[in-house]
Formats: sequence, structure tokens, C-alpha cells
Amino acid sequence: MSYELRRRLWAGILILGFFATWEILCLALQVSDLVLPRPSQVFATLFDRLGILWPHVLQTLWTTMIGFVLGVTVGVVIGAAIGVSRTAYDTVYPLLIGFSSIPKVAVVPIFVLWFGSGATPAILTALAMCFFPIVVNIATGLATTEPELEDVLKSLGASKLDILWNVGLPRTMPFFFASLKIAVTFAFVGSVLSETVASNKGIGNVMMTASSNFDVPLVFAGLFLLAGLGILLYVAFSLVEARVTGWATRRQGFASA
Amino acid sequence: MSPPHAIPQGRPAIAVELSQAAVSFGAPGKSVAALQETSLRIAAGEFVALVGPSGCGKSTILRLTAGLLQPSRGAVLVGGREVAAKALRIGMAFQNPTMLPWLTIERNVMLPLKIVRPFRSDYRAKRKTEYRDRVHALLADVGLDKFAGHYPWQLSGGMLQRANLCRALIHEPSLLLLDEPFGALDQFTREELWGTMQSLWLKRKPTVLLITHDLKEAGFLASRVCVMSARPGRIIDDSAVDFPRPRTIQMTFDSEFVALNQRLRDLIIDARTDTAIRGA
Repeated sequence: MSYELRRRLWAGILILGFFATWEILCLALQVSDLVLPRPSQVFATLFDRLGILWPHVLQTLWTTMIGFVLGVTVGVVIGAAIGVSRTAYDTVYPLLIGFSSIPKVAVVPIFVLWFGSGATPAILTALAMCFFPIVVNIATGLATTEPELEDVLKSLGASKLDILWNVGLPRTMPFFFASLKIAVTFAFVGSVLSETVASNKGIGNVMMTASSNFDVPLVFAGLFLLAGLGILLYVAFSLVEARVTGWATRRQGFASA
Repeated sequence: MSPPHAIPQGRPAIAVELSQAAVSFGAPGKSVAALQETSLRIAAGEFVALVGPSGCGKSTILRLTAGLLQPSRGAVLVGGREVAAKALRIGMAFQNPTMLPWLTIERNVMLPLKIVRPFRSDYRAKRKTEYRDRVHALLADVGLDKFAGHYPWQLSGGMLQRANLCRALIHEPSLLLLDEPFGALDQFTREELWGTMQSLWLKRKPTVLLITHDLKEAGFLASRVCVMSARPGRIIDDSAVDFPRPRTIQMTFDSEFVALNQRLRDLIIDARTDTAIRGA
């Protein structure tokens, strides 16, 4: 058996083991499903009510994705500005750090006040949650451009935009994709957060309603769905990352080839 | 013999002229001088090496010439104008080859063609035809033609530095600025690259300003060697090097070459001890 296969098999066994331990402990200690449902109950609920849950999943998914796309756009623009301009760095960075320190739960009521409940505050909260890691990573990527290379390009008469486009942005790609994977999970947190506070649709709303009805297995079904979606998107971006920024990791592949 | 592009029409006889150029950093009153009033004229087609103790302002002169830095006093004229990049085509290479890791060697070397006028306007149309052939021809000159499709991390330090020279030359600059390009290489690779550099220069005859710590390198490559004093630097010696070309490594063991080397060495040691005494 190859090393790779054995590694994957082990990982699979341990993950299954995690759920099995959970199941066994609940049975052994006779934990009520009002406190902590067993994984088997959660999955059963998930399949039983998938028909009802599905529209909510789609709602959460599309608000998250729109918030994420907007967040990425905002993040790239601000990150590029900070990385290129000293003034932007000095003024925008302190403001951003202040903003990112605010717990986003506190911002949701303001969004609701401005835009009413529903999809809009969910999108905005997702945006607010996810753009900061992108800003930081893009700015860092731009700041690490070798000064010698900038000199070479400037002596060729390159404009700031030339340098940004040919050197700065490609160099930030590994940083960018690393931050995308984090940002997409943050975006989920944001939209679900908003749904729990002010929405009548979405997984966050389902979980709120379920918990007030003491339908704890359904609450956990919501959690599992969120975790599953998060993993799915994380994997999707990892695959894109491997294609686009292979040059950053190819060194390892080369060494082992 | 030489290709037609080697002698652009209307090229000024003086490629670079520093007249009483001085550079100091920091606020007025508390400023630190990096370069004392320095005058230096480099004729078109000359190969000038600048040597001196470390920190003496060699790189400052190079950056002034490239237009990356403005003199605090005095003037710097490149190709008869104050803005270097607009007056002449400039190529630069540093000790760090700074190849972009996401591009092949071919695309790395081609980068200036994407940026410099007039090449940039045709970049999309010609990058797979004319420009590609040009890059390959130049890579062949330095023995890298088989590595055009490789990525930088697949090449050794000496090969990367050859590619770096190609990138500095692909847009046919009339002024080439080199800041210790061979400094990080081992002795044998370095001597090999001197030969490469010499033949590139003989073939194209750009004006070259080479900064180096290596006196043997200066003597081997340059047609003129300028020695600088310790910081804040100024030029204390300026001598022509008339050994016939193409020069060989064997020649560096001749008594005349050794004598030149010895003289330059003494000058720099004097310049260093001067400051040591002044500093004490």
C-alpha cells in the first residue's frame, strides 16, 4: 500500500472514529438528545427534512457567495491601495483594524435598521466578515516585492500600474488564495449570524427557530450542513489555488519527483 | 560585424555626465552625506568600472544615473537629459537576479519588451514570434537556449545571473547599469561570466557602468576604472585600462595586470585607513 493511500485511509478512520466516539459516549452516558444529539440522529434528521431544509441552504449559500464576492472585490481594491500607497497605508490601515475588531453581531442591527431584515443584511455581514483577511494578505504580498526588481522596472520607465500588474499582483496570488480559503468560511459565519438575528429564511433562521422549539437534532443538522458547505467551498478554492499558483508550491513537487 | 542596432543614430557622444552631483539623506541641518560633490563623464560605448570601499556611494552613483534618485546638489545628465528613463534605454542588473518565479526564463527575459516603448505596443502581437526569437537568440549567446522553457528555481545561481544579464539587454539598451552582478557567485562561475559579459559587450557595445568589489573583475572587463574614497565618497582616481580585447583569464596573471590590480588595491586601502584615522 502506498504511503499516500495509507495516509488518507488513516485520516478517514480517525474522522469516522471521532463521530463513533461521540455516538458511543452519548449512548454510554445516556445523554438526552435535548442536550447533545447523537451523530446518527443528526444525520437521520438531515435526511428526513432535507426537503424543508434545502431552500434555506440555497438562501444561505447565495447570500454568502454574493457577500463573499463583494468582500473579495473590496478586499483586493483596499489591499492593493494599501500595498501601493504610503498615505493609504497610514490612513486606511488604522481604520480597518478598528473596524475588524468590532464584533460583527453588533453591526447586524445597524444593517437591519438601514436595509430591513432579509437577504441584504446577510450579504453585508458576510462582506464585513470576510474582506479583512484579503486586505491584509494582498497588502503583504505587494509589500514583499524585491526593491531591486522595482528599480529595474522603474529604470525601464515602468509606471506604478505596470509594476502592480506585472509583478505586484501575480506575486500576491499565493497570499490571495490562502486568504480566500479563510474568507469564504468567514463569509458563512457572517451570513448565518445575520440570519439568526434578522431573517425568516436561511440556515441561521432554521437553527434559531429549531432551538426555540427545543428541536435540538434539527439545530445540529443545521450545524452539520454549515460545516459541510464550509468544507466544500474550502476544497473548491484549494483546487483553484493549486491550478493558479502552482509555481509557489512546485518547488516541493520538484524536490520529491 | 556589429548588428545595425548597435549604433543608434543621433546618439550623444557623452552618455552620462555627473557634474558636481552630491547626495545627502535626512532633514536639512541633520542630513548625512552619502556622496560628496562628484563629477564623472562617461562617453558612449565606454565600459566604466567603479570600485571603492563598501558604503562609499557606488550604488548611489548608479541610482543617480538610473534616475531612481535625484541629486541634492549638482546635476545628472543621461543622454543629455535629466530624466534618465526618457533619454536613453536603460538596462539594469543587480546581484540578486530577481527572476519572477511564475514565469519561464523566456518570459522573464521578455519582461522589458512588455514595458519599454516602442516594444510594448507590439507585445501581444509579437511575443510568440519576433520577440520569442529574439529572446532565444540572446539566450543562445549566453548558453541558456536549452533552458528557455524552464522556471527560475530549476536553474543554478550562475545560470540565473546569465538570464538576468539577458533581461537587462533584451530591449537593446544603450546604457547598461550593473551593481555587483557577479558578487554572489563562486570564483569559477564568476570568471566564466566575465567572459560572457565581455562578448555581450563586444557584440552590442552599450555604455556600461559596473559597480564591483572585485578589482580583478574591474580590470578584466572595464575600459576605465574609477576609484572612490570612503563615505561620503568621491572619485579619487580615474584610469584607463588598455589591455587588448578579447581579454582572457590567463591575461590576469600578466605583470601589467597584476600591477594595475596592486595599484587599485593600494588606493582603496589608503581610502579606508584615512577614514579609520579620521573616525578615531
